[in-house]
Amino acid sequence: MTTSLFLVQLINGLQYGLLLFLIASGLTLVFGVMGILNLAHGSMYMVGAYLVWYFVEHTGSFGLSALISAVIALLIGILMERTLIRQLYRRNHLDQVLLTIGMIFVFNALQGLLWGNDPLGVAVPSALSSAIPVTDVLEYPVYRIFVALFCVGIAALMYFMINKTRLGMLIRAGESNREMVECLGIDIRKLYTIVFAIGVMLAAIAGVAAAPMSSIVPGMGEHILITCFVVVVIGGMGSIKGAFIAALLVGLVDTFASILVPQLSSMMIYILMAFILLIKPQGLFSS
Amino acid sequence: MFNSNKMRNALVAAMATLTLSSPVLANEQPIKVGMMLPFSGVYGALGDATRNGLKMALREQAAQLHGRKLEFIEIDTEARPERAPEIASSLLNNSEADFIIGPVHSGVAMGMLKVLRGKETVMIVPNAGAGPVTGPLCSPNVFRTSFSSWQPSYPMGKVALDKGYKKVVTMSWNYGMGKESLDAFEESFTAGGGEVVKKILVPFPKTEFQAYLSEIASINPDAVFVFFAGGGAVKFVKDYDALGLKGKIPLLGSGFLTEGTLEAQGPAAEGVMTTLHYADTLDNELNKAFRTSYKAEFGKASDIYAVQGYDTGLMIASAVNQLGGDISDQQALIKALGETTVKSPRGDFTFSAAHNPVQNIYLRTVENGENKVIEVAAPALADPARGCKL
Repeated sequence: MTTSLFLVQLINGLQYGLLLFLIASGLTLVFGVMGILNLAHGSMYMVGAYLVWYFVEHTGSFGLSALISAVIALLIGILMERTLIRQLYRRNHLDQVLLTIGMIFVFNALQGLLWGNDPLGVAVPSALSSAIPVTDVLEYPVYRIFVALFCVGIAALMYFMINKTRLGMLIRAGESNREMVECLGIDIRKLYTIVFAIGVMLAAIAGVAAAPMSSIVPGMGEHILITCFVVVVIGGMGSIKGAFIAALLVGLVDTFASILVPQLSSMMIYILMAFILLIKPQGLFSS
Repeated sequence: MFNSNKMRNALVAAMATLTLSSPVLANEQPIKVGMMLPFSGVYGALGDATRNGLKMALREQAAQLHGRKLEFIEIDTEARPERAPEIASSLLNNSEADFIIGPVHSGVAMGMLKVLRGKETVMIVPNAGAGPVTGPLCSPNVFRTSFSSWQPSYPMGKVALDKGYKKVVTMSWNYGMGKESLDAFEESFTAGGGEVVKKILVPFPKTEFQAYLSEIASINPDAVFVFFAGGGAVKFVKDYDALGLKGKIPLLGSGFLTEGTLEAQGPAAEGVMTTLHYADTLDNELNKAFRTSYKAEFGKASDIYAVQGYDTGLMIASAVNQLGGDISDQQALIKALGETTVKSPRGDFTFSAAHNPVQNIYLRTVENGENKVIEVAAPALADPARGCKL
């Protein structure tokens, strides 16, 4: 492998990893704060992609469509928490799995009814549609670099929010002792609604960001969900910092495995997960 | 999810038996057409189109059925191979279907074959291209109206040589249809002196292509030949363009790369060359008439899957007509089906001894969002049917 090809693959891996982080962060946030394992998280990734496609078709503006989609996702998140997820707080993980798997089927059915089963595509917004030449043949699309930077921005924002704001303080407090927070007069139910809605919105935003560089198809959520679980487990369930490191690790391992050990590439991230769990059974940064 | 499916199947079966409650003479009984197609999930659109085409043909050809009524039993396979044997045996034993149409997905085809080979029913495959169906596992009562995976890709090897390409990278998902397609291309390409410098097999259904495309760019071959379909095809063609390979390294493919995906691929697909047994833009009267009435009836444009379903219907109607409506003799039915010349929107085709279509393969290129036919890449091409003793 030449140096330039190595560097290109390094960027490929980081870019894929950053997108994984964007999806996995919401999953791990919800689990960390609320103890809810939301299997329908991948569905919200799909919903984000379909929503932005729908609004781009009608408004023509990607930026505006992205904004509307994010707001709708936030509202869906609030609705889901208020009506369904709320029933689960005092129940065990099996009930959570059953309900959230059921939600996957509901979202898939809705997708089929509303948008059909044909693969759809969204054009890259024109302001970001240029590319930077890397070699004689290869170019790097500006949009993908933009998405990578956007993911870094979200990571920084989440870090700031959790460590420096009052909401973040409540989230951290809720994580370590739910009853104590309630005793101090904080409405933990409202906090949970906010956290869950943010988690859902993060998945949908990832779907929005991925839409122009992927195909929008039924079942896109389930596939990404499995990879996200690998990220969350490697990083330590509930740890945002862990999810960030793990996502980059998974992105890089997956990219380089595709090239260096193609026969094993589909299992490399699972081997990585098994290896890390052997050394750190709770993941890299368990809380 | 398992229970809901069972319940749905049970309901369908119950409805099927209710309509049959009175004892009647054989020829007054409806012809039972079972469908094992994916009506939901990734392949849902393909299943819908196949069903629409099939029903449309049988309605149009109602006069040929000699007064026989039709009864449809539709079961969603969800494109899950592990469910195939169970559904197939239910259609065979409980519903006693005369014809079992399906599937879309090659894995499901294998599951169906296990149960249906040599049985008292006729299985007609309206899509799945798996080689063994009309190869080593061929059977007198199994027909295919679509293609073998070998067929669309084999002619592209010669096309590539004619264009002067000597070194080609091939790429596909690591599964049956993909590997068979790459092998077929390689067979004709290397026979004519070409060289496959690298063959990339991506784990199915992974669509992270960036790493592979970066590698292809560093190899810089004369051309790239791929098999991808559906969402993966959309993603691949868009990535190929976004990473700057398009316009520098020609992209060739089995026709599924640009079937039902052009709108989603957008301008990224312009100039992509593919070979297939059909093109929406085929310039013949039958195709135009078919497309117009399909659009009028279902409110959306027809596609290759609709054509394959349609041809399945034509084939059934023609055989029933030839037998004067009496399909009780399986030998006679199989003979009639095998001798059918299907007057298809894709052009007339017949069946090989292995029951696979002998058909034209067209070279197409994407122009203004359409697969434009350039020429017939291989006229009346028959699958070699390796391993079939029929």
